[in-house]
Amino acid sequence: MTSVQIEVFLQTLIAGLLLGGLYALIGLGMTLIMGVMKIINLAHGELMMVAMYIAYWMFVLFHIDPYLSIFIATPILFLIGIALQKFLINPVLKVESILPENQVILTVGIGMVLANLATLFFKSDYRSTPVDYATNAFYLSDFWKTSPIELSLSVPWTVSFVFAVIITISLWFFLAKTDTGKSIRATAQDTDAALLMGVNVKLMRVVTFGIGAGLVGAAGCLFLPIYYLFPSLGGQFTLIAFVITILGGLGSTIGAIIGGLILGVFESMTATYVGMGWAPVGRFVIFVVCLIFLPGGVASILKRKRLGK
Amino acid sequence: MLEVKNIDVFYGDVQVIWDVAFEVKKGEVVALIGANGAGKSTTLKTVAGILRPKKGEITFEGVSINKIEPYKLIETGLALCPEARRLFVEMTVEENLDMGSLRGEAKKQRQKTKEMVFDLFPRLSERRRQLAGTLSGGEQQMVAVGRGLMALPKLLMFDEPSLGLAPILVREIFDVIKKIRQEGTTVLIVEQNTKQTLSIADRAYVLETGKITLQGTGQALLNDEHVKKAYLGV
Repeated sequence: MTSVQIEVFLQTLIAGLLLGGLYALIGLGMTLIMGVMKIINLAHGELMMVAMYIAYWMFVLFHIDPYLSIFIATPILFLIGIALQKFLINPVLKVESILPENQVILTVGIGMVLANLATLFFKSDYRSTPVDYATNAFYLSDFWKTSPIELSLSVPWTVSFVFAVIITISLWFFLAKTDTGKSIRATAQDTDAALLMGVNVKLMRVVTFGIGAGLVGAAGCLFLPIYYLFPSLGGQFTLIAFVITILGGLGSTIGAIIGGLILGVFESMTATYVGMGWAPVGRFVIFVVCLIFLPGGVASILKRKRLGK
Repeated sequence: MLEVKNIDVFYGDVQVIWDVAFEVKKGEVVALIGANGAGKSTTLKTVAGILRPKKGEITFEGVSINKIEPYKLIETGLALCPEARRLFVEMTVEENLDMGSLRGEAKKQRQKTKEMVFDLFPRLSERRRQLAGTLSGGEQQMVAVGRGLMALPKLLMFDEPSLGLAPILVREIFDVIKKIRQEGTTVLIVEQNTKQTLSIADRAYVLETGKITLQGTGQALLNDEHVKKAYLGV
C-alpha cells in the first residue's frame, strides 16, 4: 500500500469509529427498551428528531450550544419517554388482543404523529445549525510535526464522540453499580423473579423507556452540529437503531456498543471504497448477513465466550 | 403467622385451586406435597402475590396481604425461592444476592447478611464474581436460597428446591433448610420429593387436583396408607 492508500484507510476507519460511537448511543436506547419491555420502539428516531429540534431552537433563539443542550434535551426527552410509556404504551399492554405486537404498532403511530407534528410546526425545510466550529479540525501534523501521513479529525465529530463515550460510561456505571440499574437488568432477565425480589417492575418499565428516550435525545444533540435537520429524519435513525439492536443481540448493551461501532466502520468503508450513495446499502447488507450467520448478534459470541463453550 | 383462608385461584377461566386453606405457625417447617399439576406452585405464587385469589383471603402476621402490590410483599418478611431457581443468569453471584436485599432493613444489613450467606455457602464466596448462569445446578440453587435469605425473611417459601439436583445435593439443600429453621426462620416448602420433605416437616398438607385432601404431622403422613401408595411407592 502506498502512504496515500494507508492515509485513506486510516481516515475512513477513524470516521467510521466516530460515527459508530454516536450510532452506539442511539442503539443503546433502543436495546435497553427492547431488553426490559420486549418491544422494539419504532418511534426511536423520531424521538431523536424531537431532541434535535429542541437543541436547534435553543441555539437559534438563545444561542445555547448544542452540546450544552444535552442537559436540556435529555431531561425533556426522559419525561416525554415516561409520559409515552405511562399514558400510551402501558394501557395497550393491558389489553388482551390477537396481536401481541400491538405496542410495536403503537410506537410506529407515535413516530408518525411526531414526524408530522414537526412538519406542521417547522415545515419540511432542511436546516443546519451554524455552529462556528462546524468546519474546524485537528490535524495529526499539528501534534506530530514529522508525521509521514496526514490525518484530520473534525472538531464537532470528535467532541460528539467524546460525549457519546462519557454518556455510555455513565450508563454502564448506572446499570452495573446502582440498585436501580441492577433492578432494570433484573427486570430484563426475569420479570417475575424481579417482582419477587421487590422490584417495582411497572416503574422500571416506565423509567427504562424514559432512559432510552433520554439517551437518543442526547444522541440527537450530538448529531445536530454535524447533520442536517428535517422532520422526517427519524425513520432513517430508527432503522439504524434497529440494525444495531439486531447486530448487537437483542437487549445486550455491550452488544449495542460493538454493533454501533461495526455499523459505523462498515458504512464508512462502503462510502469510501464503493461509493458515497452505497453506505445505506452497506448497512442493510451487514444486517442481512448478521441475520443469516449470526442471528443472536454480537451478544451470542460474548455469551459463548463467558460461558466457556 | 401465615393463614390461607379458603382461596380459589383461576388461570383465565380455568379454576385450578379449590377452597384451599392452611396455616403456617411461627418457627414451623410446613410442607405442601402432591403430584405434578396438583396446584402446589400455584398456591405459593398466590401467597407471593403473583397470582390473585378470586375468593378467600391470605393473611401474614394478622394483616391481609391480598391487595398488597407483589413487589412490596418482600418487605413484610415474606420471601419466595421460586421454582427452577429463576436466577438472574447474566448477573454475578454477588449481584444476585444484592437483588435479594433491595428494600428496607434488608438493604441496610446487606453486607452483614451477605457475609452470613457466604459463611453458609463457602463455595459461593469463591465464585462471587462469576455469572450465575455459569454455575452448576447445585451452586445455582445455593444462590437462589442465599438470595432468599438476603431479604431477612420471617417466612421463607421454597418452591421445589430439589428440582433437577443430584441426590447428594438434594440432601445438602435439605440440611440447609433445617439450618435455616434452626436460626429462627419459618419455612413453607413445596416439594415432589415426598419422603425427604415429610421427614423434615413439622406438618404437611397433601394437595390433589387443587384441593387439600390430607393433612397432619410429617411423621403421621409418612405412615399414612394413601400417601405411601400414591407418593412414596411402597
